[in-house]
Amino acid sequence: MPTTADDHPAGTTNGPGRDPVVEAHGIYKTFPGVVANADVDLRLERGEVHALLGENGAGKSTLASVLTGLYQPDAGEIRLDGRPVVLRSPREALAHGIGMVHQHFKLVKRFTVAENVALGDRTQPILMSAPDVHRSVVELSERYGLPVRPDAVVGDLTVGEQQRVEIVKTLYRGVDVLLLDEPTSVLTPQETEALFDTVRAMAADGKAVVFISHKLHEVLSIADTITVMRDGGIAGNVDAADTSVRELAQLMVGREVMMEAPGGDGQAGEVVLELDDVSVDERSRRGRLDQLSMTVRAGEVVGIAGVSGNGQRPLAEVAAGLIEPDRGRVRVNGRDVTGRPRAARKAGLSYVPEDRIGTGLASSLSVAENLQLTRAHRPLLDRGRWSTDARRLMEEFDIRAPGPSTTTSSLSGGNIQKVLLARELAADPDVIVAASPTRGLDVGAIEFVRQLLAQRREQGCGVLLISEDLDEIRALSDRILVLYEGRIVHECAAEDSDVTELGLAMAGAGS
Amino acid sequence: MNETVLAMTLAAAVAAGTPLALAAIGELITERAGILNLGVEGMMLLGAVTTFLVSLATGSPWIGMAAGALAGAGLSAAHAFLTITLRANQIVSGLALVIFGTGLSTFLGRPVEGMPLPRESRLPRMNIQLLQDLPLLGRVLFQQDVVVYGTWVIAALTAFYLFRTRPGLSLRAVGESPATADVMGLRVNTIRYVHTLVGGLLGGGAGAYLMLARVPAWSQAATTNGIGFIAIALVVFASWRPWRALLGALIFGLALRANFALQAAGVTFIPAEFLAMTPYLLTILVLIALSFSDLRRRAGAPEALGVPYAREER
Ligand SMILES: Nc1ncnc2c1ncn2[C@@H]1O[C@H](COP(=O)(O)OP(=O)(O)O)[C@@H](O)[C@H]1O
Ligand SMILES: [Mg+2]
Repeated sequence: MPTTADDHPAGTTNGPGRDPVVEAHGIYKTFPGVVANADVDLRLERGEVHALLGENGAGKSTLASVLTGLYQPDAGEIRLDGRPVVLRSPREALAHGIGMVHQHFKLVKRFTVAENVALGDRTQPILMSAPDVHRSVVELSERYGLPVRPDAVVGDLTVGEQQRVEIVKTLYRGVDVLLLDEPTSVLTPQETEALFDTVRAMAADGKAVVFISHKLHEVLSIADTITVMRDGGIAGNVDAADTSVRELAQLMVGREVMMEAPGGDGQAGEVVLELDDVSVDERSRRGRLDQLSMTVRAGEVVGIAGVSGNGQRPLAEVAAGLIEPDRGRVRVNGRDVTGRPRAARKAGLSYVPEDRIGTGLASSLSVAENLQLTRAHRPLLDRGRWSTDARRLMEEFDIRAPGPSTTTSSLSGGNIQKVLLARELAADPDVIVAASPTRGLDVGAIEFVRQLLAQRREQGCGVLLISEDLDEIRALSDRILVLYEGRIVHECAAEDSDVTELGLAMAGAGS
Repeated sequence: MNETVLAMTLAAAVAAGTPLALAAIGELITERAGILNLGVEGMMLLGAVTTFLVSLATGSPWIGMAAGALAGAGLSAAHAFLTITLRANQIVSGLALVIFGTGLSTFLGRPVEGMPLPRESRLPRMNIQLLQDLPLLGRVLFQQDVVVYGTWVIAALTAFYLFRTRPGLSLRAVGESPATADVMGLRVNTIRYVHTLVGGLLGGGAGAYLMLARVPAWSQAATTNGIGFIAIALVVFASWRPWRALLGALIFGLALRANFALQAAGVTFIPAEFLAMTPYLLTILVLIALSFSDLRRRAGAPEALGVPYAREER
């Protein structure tokens, strides 16, 4: 039922250094082949916004899942208000007032907002009282600035709205501790600001809010305390008031980093990729495109910005010839390759799909085999040559693997992506379609991938870069197009792009 | 066609559709939890033979029916254990259930193969006062046996449970998104177990009803006649809604009695065998369509149908 905000133990204030609500000590958690958390300590206080900062794969979500009973730690102890507890399930964590908004939302798409909120609430009578739930939803949404309509069907909502539903439903259960896992990764800059207001309101109410992110600036602007994770362990714990982006970046990565790829100003040349009036209907959740036209020239990087789910996936797949659009044509180097992936490759296109393991590579094959997948072959395979080829590419692309015959799935994320890039770039393409090429990689690999793309651009290759990471788009592109509901709603040169304007366009509120 | 013949034909269709409806509603409940149990045919056969043996031994069709339903539930418990606890492939486990159920009922029924049930072990007719005198409808709907009426009540209760109650909401959530249900504090596996067992109870009950009211004698080959598979297809036709399942069962019931119906109507240009074949044909088509996830979603299948849930797995 509605929240219980003011149950601080008598005599405590909200200042730092008081009694922690939640303490985690020496948490260990391993998955087959990975140590996700190693000897992790965390201390949360009421009324604070505590950021958990770390690169992808640092173990943030794992720690959060341990704190909410979703994962069982291999070792370690959790204390609530000083008392040790074992959280065997999310149900038990909720009963103790700990709730979480997951990175991948946990919502029933076919249910209404109110049904999602009431789900699992055992204080409801057997015959649920819809008006009661509606009232609570409206009340919470007003109190914390989370506009949601109780009878909207969740599947029809935008990601931003869905996130608000997630927060409302957790608040509804009366949590004192709320963990938000990468909440801003799906939001526009404006929505992010609104979320920050909500987070502040919750902290002001005496809740402990854990804000998980890998974005330094965000963390600095919202958090009171920052715990930095690296490789499954704690790299540091600092007060937001006396730290800097520099210090945080170093803690996060363990060394100094140079994130900007070298951007020259090569002249854009001939059109190498052209999408002409392309439409794709909403088929099986792939999203849609609506009469979209665009070109990529030789020697330029065209960045596609947008909130995920606005047509990125069909755009990439149509451009690569993988799906046949309902209307419109796709040309590579002037040749019509619409719906014909092999023709697209022949005409000079390389494709780096977002889904590297499912679509990009056959993960159970060896590195050498994967590197050969897109080549033409004679009936008898020349494995000897494959392995020399592979050794050369492994060196050139800095692929860290025991050898060419290593199974691809056993490599780390960054190295898997390098195998994919090595194969695609070795074909010496004129145009590269790259979908989220750095998602989920560690900072070192991100740097490497970005430099590879920048370098190809220098050599006169056209690049279509589709990414939900606005910073990446801005760092790498010459031209930026904003994709919203399958249409290009905004276009600008990268050097005079403005975050606010891009953000508005991403939210569909552009000119 | 005169009214008496029409009434008789429709009444027979209602009765023929009843075991189908029972089994389909049971399967629907199970599938709403995200568990696909293709073993309905096996549960019905085992339910039928158990009912036969127990009715014979006790002389009571009611005890026989209870035993038959429990036998179906027992078989579904095996499916639940394999697919929920051990997370086995639901299709494989379901088909194994058919084979096992068929084999076991053949074995149990061997001594009584072809033997009819004594009269007193059969279900009596129960005419409903007043309503039975309605023109046409009275004879079609209200001069049936108690299980027919019970099936309507079960359909109504199931619809109410699914769409109006808190446990019903939880059940649907588990079938749509077990991960969501889990983080909302629901016991996903318990809910899946319970509703798989309820499905088995109704599947066994459907077999029991066949035995007590529909077929003259136990025969492994001729008792269920593949109705268990039709029931699974019916769930799809009904888009996982109980009332539609009941209505669909009636239509299929009519098709199954096509022989009778066509003769009664004096229709000769369609061979009756062709009509009688249609439910099976449709079943095959639906089961093929069901294997395409896109079509499944559009038909309104629970999102997580057939997908095992494990908390720490990605
Ligand atoms: N359910 C899981 N099964 C297997 N490996 C996992 C699972 N969850 C996380 N991991 C692995 O644990 C590591 C830490 O992941 P995660 O906690 O998600 O990091 P972060 O949230 O900081 O990006 C990664 O290497 C990831 O692949
Ligand atoms: Mg994470």
